[in-house]
Amino acid sequence: MADALAVYARLISAQVRSQLQYRVSFALDLAGTFLISFLDFIAVLIIFDNVPELDGWTLHEVAFLYASTCVSFAVVDVVIGHLDLFPRMIREGTFDLILVRPRGTLFQVIASDFAMRKLGKVLQGVIVFVFALGGLEVDWTAGRAAMTLVMVLAGAAIFAAVWVAGATIAFWTVDGGEFTNAFTYGGNFMTQYPISIYGEWVRRFLAYLIPMAFVCYFPSLYILDKPDPLGLPRALQFASPVVAVAAAVVAGVIWRSAVRRYRSVGS
Amino acid sequence: MSAAIELEDVRKRFVVRAKRGRLRRERRVVDAVAGITLAVEEGELLGYLGPNGAGKSTTIKMLTGILVPTSGRVRVARLDPARRRIELTRRIGVVFGQRVQLWWDLPLRDSFDLLRHVYRVPDQRYRENLERFSALLDLEPFLETPVRQLSLGQRVRGELTAALLHDPEVVFLDEPTIGLDVVAKQRVREFLVELNRERGVTVVLTTHDLGDIERLCSRLVVIDHGRVIWDGAIEELKRLYGRERTLVVDLEEPEPPLEVPGGRVVRVEGPRQWLRFRGDEVSAAHLTAAVAARTRLVDLAIEETDIEEIVRRIYRGGADA
Repeated sequence: MADALAVYARLISAQVRSQLQYRVSFALDLAGTFLISFLDFIAVLIIFDNVPELDGWTLHEVAFLYASTCVSFAVVDVVIGHLDLFPRMIREGTFDLILVRPRGTLFQVIASDFAMRKLGKVLQGVIVFVFALGGLEVDWTAGRAAMTLVMVLAGAAIFAAVWVAGATIAFWTVDGGEFTNAFTYGGNFMTQYPISIYGEWVRRFLAYLIPMAFVCYFPSLYILDKPDPLGLPRALQFASPVVAVAAAVVAGVIWRSAVRRYRSVGS
Repeated sequence: MSAAIELEDVRKRFVVRAKRGRLRRERRVVDAVAGITLAVEEGELLGYLGPNGAGKSTTIKMLTGILVPTSGRVRVARLDPARRRIELTRRIGVVFGQRVQLWWDLPLRDSFDLLRHVYRVPDQRYRENLERFSALLDLEPFLETPVRQLSLGQRVRGELTAALLHDPEVVFLDEPTIGLDVVAKQRVREFLVELNRERGVTVVLTTHDLGDIERLCSRLVVIDHGRVIWDGAIEELKRLYGRERTLVVDLEEPEPPLEVPGGRVVRVEGPRQWLRFRGDEVSAAHLTAAVAARTRLVDLAIEETDIEEIVRRIYRGGADA
């Protein structure tokens, strides 16, 4: 494990050095993602310019939900967002090179890139988070503070699991990128708002099928001390870490069986 | 001596789905490898060739653990590649001619350093190997150059080194000299001979280049349609086919097939005639002179027997085909 982390650090630092070879393009990318990601939040501001509350949520509460989802997602996007390009690895045969090296396949795919330019998104999330904290009236107990950290970590794990599971579609279709995007980027977009604003079937889909509601919504109910408009069991508000572990295990199993299938049927 | 590679009645079956008409899809079963049995001794330099689609890369993929065979028994460096892929990766080295495994934007040396950690090569061993390969392949002048700026020949030398730093017992090289100029090709060939001699590394080489095979391999396996159609010493193959060349002559006007000692007309098209002859028995100059003595010659060309042609003839079954 320690050795794997050390190798990961080396591979990523190689990626970082590669990207820094093109300094201007890197700086522009970074500034670009930083600014563009604010457009998302401007949409939230526009909504609240028209209504004082969204389904009982104030601007700062939605900003809190938005920002924590955003940080979870952006961190994952930086670390494994290149799984979007996984279909190309299959098509061009680069995945074969991964199979002849003495490390796990998923490990190598993840360690093959690191999108520093997307750090702009993380930064944007952090700024909105600070903005949200400034306007919240929350009694910050140790429990709530710890829950906030757990929420972001568990959220990241859930996003990562969905991303990995989605990427395996490439083993079947060679090109399933867009389909996967609907779940990753789409899931991120939808969970930036309280899920109670959606119709019932969307809600069920988000809550249980791809467990996006556990990313930040349920824990936020606890942290912000809000009543659950859907009247679901209170235990759900603490279930995110469990859901995250389960999602990671499921994604791992899907990945393994997909690799096994690739090795038996070819591409 | 024990076998570095063993295949026993190995098969690989693919299901191919092809579109037929608007909605109908046809499901077709293809035996890419249809029962190959083969043993390669340790330290052997094996040429593995066949036309495109013959099952070459499918075999290599099964030997390197990328693909799992449908049936049959495979052992490489005493391991079953299908079950013990990660263990196997430490005992084999692979170069796919068309795929870059080096880090494109970084100096060549960085790629080696990263692979050292991926493979956990001990420091001392890494230094020794890098020093030795640098000397053999003359890497020193471009070790600090980003890979994207290397010439193809330099990059291939880098790829070879990258595949060998972890002291593999068996090395698979897929078209390693493709696209290289004569000098670069020569350098790679000399390196492979040295590697094989010095370290006893078993080498499996797939190539379309007859020169590679002639200079490097002691044994040749030819496959077609997923089956071995030739397996034997390179000398034997040369004796049968390799020395054959073809003299193409353009005469002033159409004539009946020429009769020249040492040459045999295999084709006539108007004033053009193809004479096949054995390069080890008759020289091209001698044959040309003989033709010129009999009739008026306008133009001429010499065709070497290429590997595709040899395979075609082996497949038809006989030197005279």
